[in-house]
Amino acid sequence: MTSPRPTVVVTGLGATTPLGGTAEETWQAALAGRSGAGPLDASWVEDYQLPVTFAAQLATPVTEVLKKVETKRLDPFAQYALVAAREAWADAGAPEVEPERLASSVGTGIGGVQTLLAAWESLRTKGARRVYPLSIPMLMPNSAAGTVSLEFGARAGAHTLVSACSSGAESIAYGLHLIREGLADVVIAGGSEASVHPLPIAGFTQMQALSTRNDSPETASRPYDTDRDGFLLGEGGAILVLESEEHAKARGATIIATLAGAGVSADSHHIAAPEPEGAGASRAMADAVRDAGANPKDLSHINAHATSTPVGDVAEVAAIRRAFGADADHMAVSGTKSMTGHLLGAAGALEAVFAAQSIRDRKAPPTINIENLDPAVDLDVVRDTPRDLPEGDLLVLDNSFGFGGHNVALAFGSY
Amino acid sequence: MAHTEQDILAGLADIVSEETGVDASEVTADKTFTDDLDVDSLSMMTIAVTAEEKFGAKIPDEEVKNLKTVGDAVNYIKANQAA
Repeated sequence: MTSPRPTVVVTGLGATTPLGGTAEETWQAALAGRSGAGPLDASWVEDYQLPVTFAAQLATPVTEVLKKVETKRLDPFAQYALVAAREAWADAGAPEVEPERLASSVGTGIGGVQTLLAAWESLRTKGARRVYPLSIPMLMPNSAAGTVSLEFGARAGAHTLVSACSSGAESIAYGLHLIREGLADVVIAGGSEASVHPLPIAGFTQMQALSTRNDSPETASRPYDTDRDGFLLGEGGAILVLESEEHAKARGATIIATLAGAGVSADSHHIAAPEPEGAGASRAMADAVRDAGANPKDLSHINAHATSTPVGDVAEVAAIRRAFGADADHMAVSGTKSMTGHLLGAAGALEAVFAAQSIRDRKAPPTINIENLDPAVDLDVVRDTPRDLPEGDLLVLDNSFGFGGHNVALAFGSY
Repeated sequence: MAHTEQDILAGLADIVSEETGVDASEVTADKTFTDDLDVDSLSMMTIAVTAEEKFGAKIPDEEVKNLKTVGDAVNYIKANQAA
């Protein structure tokens, strides 16, 4: 006789992004259709002959919200996670929870690349003795999960899932499983990334992954537009407080949404290109809906991965059709990376925050910069202004896919 | 031009403050690094290396652990600074 698995709910949201210093500022800017894009440091562009001269950088510099010692001893990606986690924790009402029943699950795509490169520079120019002693714990990809665990006394485990641009979403899926398995009552889950730096920019440029619309950064990210030419690199951190329904109810928490289900798959097709038929992605989506105990008919909104790359956007559209068939006609599809840029390992977590907010406010955020909708996109794309979502219980999907062939879909529902 | 004791103390206070976040005014000669100022061994290494550079005094790794108080560090630097 097994007891029914616990329902998992979302009780707190936090984010620091190119659109705002908090989850709420970010959401309001997204509803207003604002772009977070702006010029890169001119000296970078000049010193390294960067072919791309813009990115989406944090709206509120971390130096405004963290102590000097925190910015010195943590890599920016861990700083972003800490800022977002503090906000999410406060938003959840700072739950009282046994340390042994509290876990962190914070993913990243690349980790402490800025620390790694700074340490290498110290070594090259000044020798081994001048390498900062905290370099290793700062650059390791688990330092964000460790920092969050340390901050809130999370002793049930500190987890780091690394799956490129689906890291944030997969970390949230992992949090869902921890609570369902009875291994934790509360999980601080999400993702963070701090890759706005010449090296990642050069690397992505060499892959021809980035938009080169240097004359118009704010319109560079244009998912589903016929003239899309790559993604806008972003940075930031986004965190959700996940909690078992029982634990949340017992303390009288405000429940924002349920995390109703998750689906994970791998393409096994190519290290960086999506599988064009979208078989793996569609399986992840269908699994998330099934895991939520729902049907495709229940889905009213999809926060799509939609990075603004020529191949990726239409592969996802094909996958949505493959998963949901004609039911996809009544799903409002939004590509919020048109505004936020692509936060890589934080992207899926930020879009999970958006998904929860869309349920709370019954609104699907817009996709901006679509001048001409690609004819291959036969879906109901929310363009330019937010869309009111229908009455009744909502089910919303957050899709994330990553280099390596990772596919993750999260299903959030009304509580 | 050798640094005076006051100079070294003030400079060291800034370095400790920068590394640990404690107020520089808290960093007085009688304070112990570990208990009073909450400096862990990693931070101590950073402080030693930064002080080396600032005052031109070599502080070998095996000496670092003998510097219990801020005053110990000031005296060591004063005695070993480059003339």
